[in-house]
Amino acid sequence: MSAGHVSTTLATLHRMANDIARNLAAMGHDKAVLATADHIDHFWDPRMKAAIFADDLSALLPIAREAIQHLAGGAHPEPQTRATEFNAVDEVGHSDAG
Amino acid sequence: MGFERQADFGTPEVQSGEMVSLTIDGRDVSVPKGTSVMRAAAEIGGSIPKLCATDNMAAFGSCRLCLVEIEGARGTPASCTTPVAPGMKVKTQTPRLEKLRKGVMELYISDHPLDCLTCSANNDCELQDQAAAVGLRDVRYGYEGDNHLGLRTDTSNPYFDFDPSKCIVCSRCVRACDEVQGTFALTIDGRGFASKVSAGQAADNFLGSECVSCGACVQACPTATLQEKSVKAIGKPERSVVTTCAYCGVGCTFRAEMRGEQLVRMVPWKDGKANRGHSCVKGRFAYGYANHKDRILNPMIRESIDQPWREVSWDEAISYTANKINDLKAKHGARALGGITSSRCTNEETFLVQKLIRATFGSNNTDTCARVCHSPTGYGLKTTFGTSAGTQDFDSVMDADVIMVIGANPTDAHPVFASRMKRRLRQGAKLIVVDPRRIDLVRSPHIEAQQHLPLRPGTNVAVMTSLAHVIVTEGLADEKFIRERCDWDEYQDWAQFVSDERHSPEFLEAVTGVPAQDLREAARLYATGGNGAIYYGLGVTEHSQGSSTVMAIANLAMCTGNIGRRGVGVNPLRGQNNVQGSCDMGSFPHELPGYRHISDVAVRQLFENDWGVTLDPEPGLRIPNMFDAAIDGTFKVLYVQGEDILQSDPNTKHVSAGLEAMELVIVHDLFLNETANYAHVFLPGSTFLEKDGTFTNAERRIQPVRKVMDPANGYADWEITQLLANALGANWSYTHPSQIVDEIARLTPSFAGLSWDDLLVRGSVQWPVNEKHPDGSPIMHVEGFASGKGKFVVTEYIPTDEKTGPRFPLLLTTGRILSQYNVGAQTRRTGNVAWHPEDLLEMHPTDADNRGLKSGDWARLASRTGETTLKVLVTDRVAPGVVYTTFHHPATQANVVTTEFSDWATNCPEYKVTAVQIMPSNGPSEWQQDYTELSERSRRIAVEAEPAE
Repeated sequence: MSAGHVSTTLATLHRMANDIARNLAAMGHDKAVLATADHIDHFWDPRMKAAIFADDLSALLPIAREAIQHLAGGAHPEPQTRATEFNAVDEVGHSDAG
Repeated sequence: MGFERQADFGTPEVQSGEMVSLTIDGRDVSVPKGTSVMRAAAEIGGSIPKLCATDNMAAFGSCRLCLVEIEGARGTPASCTTPVAPGMKVKTQTPRLEKLRKGVMELYISDHPLDCLTCSANNDCELQDQAAAVGLRDVRYGYEGDNHLGLRTDTSNPYFDFDPSKCIVCSRCVRACDEVQGTFALTIDGRGFASKVSAGQAADNFLGSECVSCGACVQACPTATLQEKSVKAIGKPERSVVTTCAYCGVGCTFRAEMRGEQLVRMVPWKDGKANRGHSCVKGRFAYGYANHKDRILNPMIRESIDQPWREVSWDEAISYTANKINDLKAKHGARALGGITSSRCTNEETFLVQKLIRATFGSNNTDTCARVCHSPTGYGLKTTFGTSAGTQDFDSVMDADVIMVIGANPTDAHPVFASRMKRRLRQGAKLIVVDPRRIDLVRSPHIEAQQHLPLRPGTNVAVMTSLAHVIVTEGLADEKFIRERCDWDEYQDWAQFVSDERHSPEFLEAVTGVPAQDLREAARLYATGGNGAIYYGLGVTEHSQGSSTVMAIANLAMCTGNIGRRGVGVNPLRGQNNVQGSCDMGSFPHELPGYRHISDVAVRQLFENDWGVTLDPEPGLRIPNMFDAAIDGTFKVLYVQGEDILQSDPNTKHVSAGLEAMELVIVHDLFLNETANYAHVFLPGSTFLEKDGTFTNAERRIQPVRKVMDPANGYADWEITQLLANALGANWSYTHPSQIVDEIARLTPSFAGLSWDDLLVRGSVQWPVNEKHPDGSPIMHVEGFASGKGKFVVTEYIPTDEKTGPRFPLLLTTGRILSQYNVGAQTRRTGNVAWHPEDLLEMHPTDADNRGLKSGDWARLASRTGETTLKVLVTDRVAPGVVYTTFHHPATQANVVTTEFSDWATNCPEYKVTAVQIMPSNGPSEWQQDYTELSERSRRIAVEAEPAE
């Protein structure tokens, strides 16, 4: 794994986290932090989370930065939007068919 | 099923609550008011002779063969144009009628070639049948007079011939083109004896005309005048199988008509609930790829991608692959392995691939093409409505009063549904088109959009919010609906947001490029014009704010009460045939089948107990992140079934770098596609004609796919996945896809009521199908939203980071064309190349002039990620500053220039907005030259040396 490649992937993760934060910002800062954390928790692969947890986070917007710090501390937020509410084992109704 | 024509009732079915009773040939019959006498007779098994009548178009009354006698009525009226009346007494067979019909038929036959024995339609010709039915034995007029027998055959269309010498000018083809397809390409030229069917002007042939080759005219023709070339070449079909088309998300039902093991033709099935007997050029004719010489039938392996392929037995291929996977898993861990399910394969095959990845590979690194098309639909509709799915069935459009088409081009990408939509528009429904291009729907025969909002690419959210601004600030919102069905407090927050002056059409006009007054008119029309239905496509989703636009669309539908009944709704027009199904089957890396998150212990336990494995509780990688991880060295193995990610995914260089970094790429496909250039194992796939299973279309309709012939490669795709799984230690023992259906039903509550045998009886069913909805669910959210209240979401417009500037001053947007499908792997290997042999770059005359370019010139198309060359088509379909191309041809590789920017929520690529520069060119780019060389080198197949004698 070359340093160049690491920075490319980290740049992608920065962009992804910042994009999520910017688009959830309309919820208000505190809710947006939780919603960003919730989104990343539900949709990111462990190696992506580990990579951004290990980063200095200086490239992140405040909402994204706080969200990552929240997750890095071991938190697993409750669903903040319906996008992260999934069917229970015997439930029908939720679908995120793309 | 043997070969016989599908029953034809002569005139369309009439829907009426009022029944009318009458007597036909002494038999009582009761039919809906408005039904024709011809249809009423057919309903009780009668068969009034006919030639110009057929039940998928309005009665015409021209052939004069269907005359009947009605007690108390004067003359002998045509039964096709005569509606039933209470107490009517009809006679369909009398000496008088026999004489009249025989006389009419005699005139037809006097100007028709008497070559029945050598005619391709022999024994499958309505003219022949009707001549027999009326008892014609002789033609008194002779054949020496003026006639049309010397007219030349037009063979220009790749799929059918037009032989005017056999034409009886019944106008069925013309009417089919008008009423069924809605293209109005055909006409009757001339008058009286000189009348003849013509495709456009006198000098036009079928290929050069406006004809879109949907096949409706061929299907309608009662003679061999319009005849499939395949019937001429192979002969009359002798058996048939009803199955489902494997092209777009409409999911048309076809009858595959066979002679021996040869497919003679695909004929649209009138009982198909998605297509109602219609077809397009792809489904009807473009199946030749199944037998194309490029198709690979033997498994192949190689150690590295610079080596030639080596053909091996199935045993060797599977064992080689399994050993490699085991080694790499032992070395790098399960999370270094993953796969991509195919939205072109069946639900059962997709289910097995994600099961292979989760249960056998041991990771959740499974994703599907929905990632790059409609994943924002999933996020957006789930967030607002509580569940993501098209809310309507296709029939619903016939009750729409205002149709808003956003970022979709149905006449090219979903042509059979577009014909239904056009029919409704011709009946008077109003049309709003929101699209940067002037798509055909904006203005075509008998259709003109009331509003075309030609927005600047990337400003969808601004336009949607602006529409909401008008609706809310002008008091057009449906407060009763909102109070009953949505969260009122959230609505008020949202209403306050959209009402802000910064969201007004006037304020945003400079951003969106949409004239404020046009936008206001469009908003008023949608909000007040009756049933408002929204249909949208990838022009909505493939943006950095794709998910936000979907939510903004849902907001519009909720605030106007356009949800939960026929004629309204929010309808994503899905791209591939089974993209809905591939999502339903658990293809996404974060969830198991049934949209249940992988982190849920109870959910995992259900599958773990059934499958006898332990599942990884963490989400896996999405497709673009797989490439990043591969480049980083943490992702090593990729199994790709039925997708060509190198050609279809954005930033080709990034994709190829990712693939090149992997140690084992397994491509399971029909052809050595572009992805296979980077593969180490090639497993030959089977076509949709070669297997049983199910597809789920854009209206959630699960439909059977039936095996028509044996797999040329030896195995159906589900069998190949099973071979690999078992070589990796699984103990699967499926002997038919019906058993996989049972497993899906057992493990997935929304499919609990599904069974293969039941599906074959029903023909199709729309999920959810379970105890609460035993007959499926045609319309969603009828009594309430799936998960409580509808949720209004504030969607702030955030401009994309992909910006034009001095280096890249133009915006590129990409899309599809009618004759080609997706990456073109199938359609490029059919006669469809006659219409689209290469990708073209559409440019506005001003932009072309500024660069000294004219149509047909080569141009260099460059973005910050790469460059390619292609020919220019100068057209005012695109606005100044916007250019457009398709991505069907690997020689062009439009995705060399698209970027890695993506939707914020789902990482769906931003295909629709790329800043580019264009300049004259005299040849392929360096990348194209290198890629061509790589491609040729990579496709080499080693020839085994013959043993010495």
